[in-house]
Amino acid sequence: DLGQITPTELCQRCLSLIKKTKFLNAYITVSEEVALKQAEESEKRYKKGHSLGDLDGIPIAVKDNFSTSGIETTCASNMLKGYVPPYNATVVQKLLDQGALLMGKTNLDEFAMGSGSTDGIFGPVKNPWSYSKQYREKRKQNSHSENEDSNWLITGGSSGGSAAAVSAFTCFAALGSDTGGSTRNPAAHCGVVGLKPSYGLVSRHGLIPLVNSMDVPGILTRCVDDAATVLGVLAGHDPKDSTTIQDPVKPFTLPSLTDVSKLCIGIPKEYLTPELSSEVQSLWSKAANLFESEGAKVTEVSLPHTSYSIVCYHVLCTSEVASNMARFDGLEYGHRCDSDVSTEAMYAATRREGFNDVVRGRILSGNFFLLKENYENYFVKAQKVRRLIANDFVNVFNSGVDVLLTPTTLSEAVPYTEFIKEDNRTRSAQDDIFTQAVNMAGLPAVSVPVALSSQGLPIGLQFIGRAFCDQQLLIVAKWFEKQVQFPVIQLQELMDDCSSVFENEKLASVSLK
Amino acid sequence: MAAPMLRWCCPGRRFAFARVGCGSCHRRGPPTGSTSNGKRGQSSVAQQPHITAQKPRKGEPEWAAVVGLEIHAQIASNSKLFSGSQVCFAAPPNSLVSFFDASLPGTLPVLNRRCVEAAVMTGLALDCHINRKSLFDRKHYFYADLPAGYQITQQRLPIAVNGSLAYSVYVGRKPSQMVTRTVRVKQIQLEQDSGKSLHDDLRSQTLIDLNRAEGQLRVDANISVHRPGEPLGIRTEVKNLNSARFLAKAIDYEIQRQINELENGGEILNETRSFDFKLGCTVPMRDKEGKQDYRFMPEPNLPPLLLYDSGSLPSGADPQQVINIDQLRERLPELPRVTRQRLVQQYGMLPEHSCVLLNEVGLLEFFQNVIKETRAEPKKVTSWVLNTFLGFLKQQNLAVSESPVTPSALAELLDLLDRKAISAPAAKQVFEELWRNEGKTPAQIVAEKKLELLQDPEALEQLCRSTLEAHPDVVMDLKRGNPRAINKLIGLVRKATLGRADPTAIKEVLERQLSS
Repeated sequence: DLGQITPTELCQRCLSLIKKTKFLNAYITVSEEVALKQAEESEKRYKKGHSLGDLDGIPIAVKDNFSTSGIETTCASNMLKGYVPPYNATVVQKLLDQGALLMGKTNLDEFAMGSGSTDGIFGPVKNPWSYSKQYREKRKQNSHSENEDSNWLITGGSSGGSAAAVSAFTCFAALGSDTGGSTRNPAAHCGVVGLKPSYGLVSRHGLIPLVNSMDVPGILTRCVDDAATVLGVLAGHDPKDSTTIQDPVKPFTLPSLTDVSKLCIGIPKEYLTPELSSEVQSLWSKAANLFESEGAKVTEVSLPHTSYSIVCYHVLCTSEVASNMARFDGLEYGHRCDSDVSTEAMYAATRREGFNDVVRGRILSGNFFLLKENYENYFVKAQKVRRLIANDFVNVFNSGVDVLLTPTTLSEAVPYTEFIKEDNRTRSAQDDIFTQAVNMAGLPAVSVPVALSSQGLPIGLQFIGRAFCDQQLLIVAKWFEKQVQFPVIQLQELMDDCSSVFENEKLASVSLK
Repeated sequence: MAAPMLRWCCPGRRFAFARVGCGSCHRRGPPTGSTSNGKRGQSSVAQQPHITAQKPRKGEPEWAAVVGLEIHAQIASNSKLFSGSQVCFAAPPNSLVSFFDASLPGTLPVLNRRCVEAAVMTGLALDCHINRKSLFDRKHYFYADLPAGYQITQQRLPIAVNGSLAYSVYVGRKPSQMVTRTVRVKQIQLEQDSGKSLHDDLRSQTLIDLNRAEGQLRVDANISVHRPGEPLGIRTEVKNLNSARFLAKAIDYEIQRQINELENGGEILNETRSFDFKLGCTVPMRDKEGKQDYRFMPEPNLPPLLLYDSGSLPSGADPQQVINIDQLRERLPELPRVTRQRLVQQYGMLPEHSCVLLNEVGLLEFFQNVIKETRAEPKKVTSWVLNTFLGFLKQQNLAVSESPVTPSALAELLDLLDRKAISAPAAKQVFEELWRNEGKTPAQIVAEKKLELLQDPEALEQLCRSTLEAHPDVVMDLKRGNPRAINKLIGLVRKATLGRADPTAIKEVLERQLSS
C-alpha cells in the first residue's frame, strides 16, 4: 500500500525538508509561495479529475542558470545578483505547463564553470551523503577522529545543487545543465541518475549559456524511469532555439528490457586511465561482466582522440565564454559598479567586481584564442580536433556498438578540504575526463548510480548512446539500474516526519490524489 | 552609383541589414574627361577598383583613386533579423525591443525568413552567385548600443558573392551624353544592426534606443589613391555617410585631400574618418585608438543557412522550412534596367527621360497611372510629368507622394488639352490651380476661370474682323511685308478672347480674312 497524498501535502513536506537541509546549501532561492500556489492549482485539477499528467503536482527544482519569470536568476554570480528575468526558459515553461511545482533555484559554480559546486558566490554545496547513515558508519569503522562537520563532501558540479536537492528528497526531479559533465558528475557523486540528452533534443532557450555548442539542459532524478518521463516532457523542437530538431518527438515510456543478448556494449580502452580509482575500475569491470553474463556482446573499442579532448575543450569553451560573457556590461541588467568616469571604466570595474577569478580567467583565455593572429592556431585547430573526437564515436557506433559503458568520475566524492587543494581549472580538467567528449560529439549520456564505495559513498557509471537514440540509451540504463539495486540514501535523522512518502522515493511510485 | 541598387533593395525601413560590399567607379579630373584611362583593377578583395585619372602634373604620372563601398541597407521586413519584434519607423524609443534584442541572458537568435528571401532577391538582382550554404559569425566590440557585446554578421561565408550592376551616368553637360558603367559587388551579407546612441554632451550621458537604427541607408567608403602601375595606396575609411550626395562629396574631398597630402610629402594613415557635412570635409574620428580586433567566431546558435534550387530541393521538404532560389527568382520584380528599356521601346521615350522617371521615388508609378487614364500621347504625358510636374515638386522640395496633384487630375487635364478643349497656356494655368489643392477638378477650374477654348466659329470670325478693323496700322504693316505683324494681330485677338482661342485657329481665320 503506497498510500495517497495531496499535492499541497507533498509540497509542504518537500518545503519542510528544504528547510531542514538548508545547511546543504542546495538552493539559492526557495520559491515557497510559488510552489504552494502551484500545488493548490494542481490539487484543484486532481479534484476535478483533470490531472495534466505524470508531473502534475510533483515538486521539482531548477538550476539557477535557467531563466525563471519573476524569480531571481543569479548563476551564482555577483554579476546577476538581483536579476529577475521577465521570461521562463522553455524547459521551465514545459515543466510548469505539466503542472510541476517549482520549489526553487539550485546552487552551482559561478556561471556553471566548475566541477565541484564550490565556486559560486553563495558558497559550496554539501553532499547529502556526508550525513548518510551509510557513510557515517563506515567512518566510525575506519575510526576517523576529525570533526565530522569539517569533513563534509563536495557534490561535484556544476549542477551540485540540483543533485543534492534530488538526493536529499527535497524534490523529485531537478534541471541541471551539462556542458562537459555538469549534470552527470554531481549525479554520480550524489547517487542519483543524471541524464544529458542529445544536443538539439531539448531547447536551450532561457538557459544562460556557458558554451552554446555544447550546453544541454540536464535531468537529475532518483531513477531512470523518472528521467525518461521528464525528458518526454522537455524534448522537441522549440521555435526559439534554432538548434533543436525539427522532427516531432513523442513522449515515451521505457519498456523493461528482459533480454540483452542482442545488445553490443563498447568499453573504450582510452578511458582506463592511471588516475581512475581502483574501486571505480572494479565496478566498471563488474558491470561489463554483468552484461556479458546476461548474453550481451561486450567489446573493447577505441576512441583514439580522447586524450586531446581536455585541451580542445579548453580552447572552445573559453572562446565561447569570452563571447557569451560580453553582454554582462552593467548597462541593462545585473551588477553595475559605482564608477562613472567613462563607459569603458564602468565596463572594466563592473566586470572585475561581477565575475570571479575563474570566469575572468576563462574570458581572458578565450579572447586570446579569438585574436586574429591566434584564431587559426587555436580555435580552428580545436574545432578540427572536436570533429575528430566526434568521428571517433561515429566510427565506434558504425562498427555495431549500441551503447558505450564508461566510468562517470575518477572516484567517489572527496571532502571539500581535499577538493580545494587544486585550482578550478586543474579540477575541471581532471573531473570532466570521462564526460566531456560526449558534449563535443553532442551524444546522449546518462550516469546511473551503481554501488557504494568502501567508504559508503555512491559511485556512478556512464552509458553513452548514439545521437538522438536517447530512448534506447535509457532502456539499457533502466535494465542496468534494476540489476544493480543501488541502495537508498539513509537520512533518517532528517526525515523523521516524512516517512511514508520517501520510502517510495521515486516519482514513478508517488500516488497523488 | 549606389542609388539605383539601394533604392531597389531598401524600399522600406527595417532593422535587419543587408550589408553590401562593392566597388565603385569614381570620376574626378578635368571636365572633358579626356584623360580617363578607364582601367579596371584586377584585385578581388574588398576594394574593387575602377581607376580613373586625376589631372596630370607635368612630368608625373596622373593619380588614380580606388574606392570601395560598404553599404548598409535596411531590409523591408515586418520584423527584425533575429527576433520577432516589429519594425516601425519613428516608434517611441525602446518600444519594439524583444528579450533577444535587449540581449537578456539565455535568449537565442532566430533567423527571419523574410530577411533571407530579401537578401537572396537582392543577390539575384545584382547578378550575384548565391551561396547554397552560408554561415553566421559574431563580431565583438564593446559599445553601449551593442547590448550583446557582439554583432551577428556573415564574415566568412556570406549569402551572396561576385555580383555586378550596370548603371548609366552623364559624361557631359548634355543629357544625351550617357554612358553605361559596371560596378562589381563583392558580397552581400545579412547583418544585425546595433542600437542607436544619443549623446547628451551637456549632462555627459548617452541614451540608447534598442529599436535599432532608423536610417535606411548608411555607407562606409574606403578610399585610397596611387599612381597607376604602382601598388595601391594606404586607404582611409569614411564612416556613416547617409546620402548619395554626401557620399559623393566625401569621396571627392577625401581623394583630393590624399593627393594634396602625398604631393606635399605627407603620408596617409590607415584611419577611420567621418564626414562633416557642414564644412564639407572629412576629419579623423576621435574614438578610435588604433585597429580593433573583432575576435570573429562562428555564431553557435544559428545552424548553417542552407538554400536550395528546384533541382536540389529535398523531396518531401516542408516549404515553410526551405528556401527555393528559383522560386524567388520568379518573384523578382522587373529590374530598373529592364524597366528603362521598356519605357524607351513602349513610349518612344528618350533614354535619359527613362532614367529620370526611375530615379525619383514614385515618379514612374505616377507616370504610369497618368498614362492609364488619359488619351493624351505618351510623349505629351512624359513632357508634362518630367517638366511641369517634376518642376513643381523640385521647386517646393516635395516627394512624389506629397504631391497635391493626383495622377487622375493630371490625366483629366491632359485629356482636356488633347481634345483641344483648352489651350496649352490655359492648361498650365489649370495645373497651377490644381497645385493649390482646393479640391477642384480640372473641368471645374476651366469652367470657373472660363478657360475653355472658343468653340463657336462665328464668334471667332467676328472677333477677328473687329480686331482687323480696329488696327488698320498693323494690317498696313503686314501688307508692307513685315511677317511679325501677324503675331501681333494673333495676340490682340487672343486678348479679346481672354486667352480662350487656339492661336493656330486664330491665325487661320485672320489669314483667310486678310486675303479675301
